[in-house]
Amino acid sequence: MISVRQLSKHYGELKAVDNISFEVGEHENLILLGTSGCGKTTTLKMLNRLIEPTSGEIYVDGKNVKDQSPESLRRSIGYVLQNTGLFPHYTIAENIAVVPKLLKWDKSKIESRTNELIEKLRLPVDSLYKYPSQLSGGQQQRVGLARALIADPPVLLMDEPFGALDNITRTRVQAEFKALDELLRKTIIMVTHDVQEAFELGDRICLMDKGHIVQIGTPQELLFKPANDFVKQFLDAQRVQLEFKTVTIGNIWDRLPVGGLDNIATTLNENTSVWASLTAFDHQKQQQLTIKNADAIKTITYEQLMAAYHQYQQRPQV
Amino acid sequence: MNEHQQTLWEFMQQQSDKLLTQTMEHIGLTFIALLLAIIVGLPLGIFIARKQKLSGIVLGIAGVLQTIPSIALLGFMIPVLGIGPKPAIAALLIYALLPVIRNTFTGITGVDATIKEAAQAMGMSKGQILARVELPLAMPVILAGIRTAAVINVGVATLASLIAAGGLGEFIFGGISLNNTNMILAGAIPAALLAIIFDFLLSLLQKLNAKKLKVAVQVLPVILILLSIVYLVPSAYGTKLKAGFTPEFMGRQDGDLGLKQKYGLKIHTLVISDAVMYKAAYQKELDVISGYSTDGRLKAYDLVVLNDNKAIFPPYYAAPIVREDALKKFPDLEKTLNMLSGYITDSVMTGLNYRTDYLHESPEKVAKDFLVAHHLYKEDQHGSGDIVRIGSKIFGEQYILGEMYSMLIKGYTDYRVSTKTGLGGTKICFDALTNNQIDLYPEYTGTGLLVMLQPKQKIIDSLSTDKDKTYQYVKAEFEKRYQLRWLKPIGFNNAYAIMMRKQQADDLNIKTISDLKRYLDSN
Repeated sequence: MISVRQLSKHYGELKAVDNISFEVGEHENLILLGTSGCGKTTTLKMLNRLIEPTSGEIYVDGKNVKDQSPESLRRSIGYVLQNTGLFPHYTIAENIAVVPKLLKWDKSKIESRTNELIEKLRLPVDSLYKYPSQLSGGQQQRVGLARALIADPPVLLMDEPFGALDNITRTRVQAEFKALDELLRKTIIMVTHDVQEAFELGDRICLMDKGHIVQIGTPQELLFKPANDFVKQFLDAQRVQLEFKTVTIGNIWDRLPVGGLDNIATTLNENTSVWASLTAFDHQKQQQLTIKNADAIKTITYEQLMAAYHQYQQRPQV
Repeated sequence: MNEHQQTLWEFMQQQSDKLLTQTMEHIGLTFIALLLAIIVGLPLGIFIARKQKLSGIVLGIAGVLQTIPSIALLGFMIPVLGIGPKPAIAALLIYALLPVIRNTFTGITGVDATIKEAAQAMGMSKGQILARVELPLAMPVILAGIRTAAVINVGVATLASLIAAGGLGEFIFGGISLNNTNMILAGAIPAALLAIIFDFLLSLLQKLNAKKLKVAVQVLPVILILLSIVYLVPSAYGTKLKAGFTPEFMGRQDGDLGLKQKYGLKIHTLVISDAVMYKAAYQKELDVISGYSTDGRLKAYDLVVLNDNKAIFPPYYAAPIVREDALKKFPDLEKTLNMLSGYITDSVMTGLNYRTDYLHESPEKVAKDFLVAHHLYKEDQHGSGDIVRIGSKIFGEQYILGEMYSMLIKGYTDYRVSTKTGLGGTKICFDALTNNQIDLYPEYTGTGLLVMLQPKQKIIDSLSTDKDKTYQYVKAEFEKRYQLRWLKPIGFNNAYAIMMRKQQADDLNIKTISDLKRYLDSN
C-alpha cells in the first residue's frame, strides 16, 4: 500500500532522515517509534508532503506522491495530530466537515456521514454545535479522529494521537481505537515515543534512531530477536510488562498441562496475551481459567500459567 | 458654573451648522484615512507574516513614520500634495498604518502552528488557509489594531484644520487663538466623544463570537465607506480666488467678520495654520491670505499687503506687558525693558523676522546682532538675583523680542532670567501671565483690545485706528482689570493684513481690499 524508497531529509548538515526504506501492507498498522529527534515525525510528514524530502521516493497505492498536487494528495490521506489541531472558531460539525467541504460533497452526504461517525466514536450528538474548547480532551481527540476519517481515506497518518491525553483517558481511547471497525480497513502509520502504546497498537513497529531505521518487525521480533543492543536497551526498562503483553496463550500452549472441561463461563482464546490472562484471574476472582485454541480446551491455574510462561522465556533462542 | 455650561450650550446651538459640518468632516477624514490604512496595511501585514525577514524593515519604517510629530508631518505633505484634504488624509493614513500592519502581523503569526499545520494537512490551499483559518483567528487582534488606529485618527484629525482640511480642529484652534473657551470646548468635546464612541463600538466588535464576527467583518467595510463618503459631500462654494485664513482671523471682528461686514467680501475661504499659510500662497495653493504686516515671510515669498482702505484693522503696536507685582519685586525691570523702545520700526522688524523665518538664523543670534549694532548689548553679568520669567507666543518675532529682553536683563541687572518661549497662542500666553507662571511677554495693543478686553463696538469705533488712544485705553483697562502694566511701545505696528502674491496683485491691478472685492464681484 505504501512504499518508501531511499527517503532522506537533510537540514544543512543535519540528516533528520537518512536513506530509509520500508513497505506498509494494506490494512497494516505500522508504528514509527523512537525518542524525540529520531526522525519519525519528519518521516510521517513526508508521506503527505507537509515536508518535502531531500531525496527518495514515496508511493501510495502505487502512485508517486510527487505526481499529485499536495492539496489533493492530503485530501485523500487522513491526518490526526497530537494536540488535535481542531479549528477553535469552527463548531465540532464544521471541524468534522472540513475535508468533505474541500471535496465539495453535498450537504446531506456530509450530514449523514458525520452522524455515522459520531455514533461510532460515541460522541454526544449535542456536541456537534459546540466549539472544541467546550469538549474534554478525550472528546476532542475523537473529533480529530472523526475529521480524519470522514472522507474514508484508505490511509491514515497519526502523529502522537494520544500524546496529549492523561493516562486514564489515554488507555480508554486506545481501547476504543483498537475496537473501531473503521480502522480495521485502514492502512495506518502512527508515530509515538511510547513503547507500551507501540506494542499495544502496532502490527509492526519501526524503531528509529538518528534518522535511521534500527529495526522493523513485529512486537515479538523486537522483543525476542532484537537486531542490536540499542533495540534491547530501548525496550529494557519496560521489558517485563512488554513480554507479558506480547506473549500469547498460543505461544505457550504446548507448555500448559493437557486436559480440562468447558464448564467455566469465561473462555479465553489463544490470541489473548499472558498479561490479559493474568488480569482475568484477578478480575474474576477465580482459581481456574478455561482457554482454547482451534483444536482443544484446557483448564489452567494461575501457577500453571506462570510456570509455562517462564519456561517459554528460557527456551533456547533460535 | 451653571451659567458657564449654558453659554457653551448656547454657543453650540448658535454654531450648530458649523459644528455639524465640522463633525462630519472630522468623521469623514478619520474614516477615509482608516479605510485606506486597512486597504494598505492589511495586505502588508499578511505579506510580512509570510516573509518574516521583511517584517523588521516594514514595521521599523511604519514605526519611524509614527514618531514624526503630526504637525511636522502635515508640513512635509504640503510641497507634495498641497493643502486641503489630500495631505491631511495622507498624514492620517501614515499614523493609522502602524497599528494596522503590526496587529495583522502579530495576529497572523500568533495563530497556533498546530492549527495551521492541521489546515494544511486537511488539504487546504494557501489561500484557503488564509481566508478560513488565519484571518478569522487573527481577527480580534486585527480589530484591536483598527480600533487603536481609529482613536489615533480622531485625535490627529483635529490638526487637519491647520492645513485647510476642516474638522473640529477649526473650533479648537480658533478658540485657543481667540481666548474663547466655549469655542475650544465646542470642538474638543465632540472630538473626545467621537473617540470614545468609536472606541466603544469597535470594542464591541472585538468581543463578538466567531459566527457574529464573520458577519460584522463583512459589514464593516460598507460602514467605513459610507462614513468616508460623508467627507466627499462638497462643502464650499467656489470663487475665482481662493483665500486661506488662520482660525484666529476667522473669528475676529478685525478679521474675516470685518471683511464681510465692512467690505462685503465674498471669497471661498479655507481655514489654515499660520505656519503653512504663507508657503501655500507662494505655491499658488492660495491667492489671498491673512497675515501680519511685519512677517518676514512677506519679504521671503514676495507677497504684497493690500491697503486697508476702510480701516478695519486696528493698530497692533507691540509692547511688553508685565505683572505689577513683578515690577515691584524687580525695581530695575521697567527701566531695562524700556531701553528697547523706539528702536524697532515696521521695516526693521520685517527685516529681523526675515532673518529668522526665511534665512533660518537663530532668534538669539538675530537679537544679539541687533543689540550690538545699536550699542545696547552688554555681556552677561551672571547675576545672582531672583529669576525673571519671560514668555513668548509661538512665532519668530516673539522669540526675537524674548531673546532681546533676556539679554538686556542679564546685561544690565543682577537678575537671572528663565525664558518660556513658544507658549502657543494669545490665550495660553495670557493665562500663563495672569496665573503667575511668567512675569512678562510682548503683546500687541490690538490683541489686548479685541481679544482680552472685548469692549463694546462703540468704544472700538471711537478708538479705531488711532494708535495712541488705543494704547492709553488698553493700558488703563489692563491695570484696572488684571493688575498688568503695559510698558512703552517698542515702535513697530504688527497689524493684521490681507496679502497676495505681488505678481498676481499687479496682474489683476489689485491694490486695496476694495479692489479685491471689485475683482471678485466682476465676471
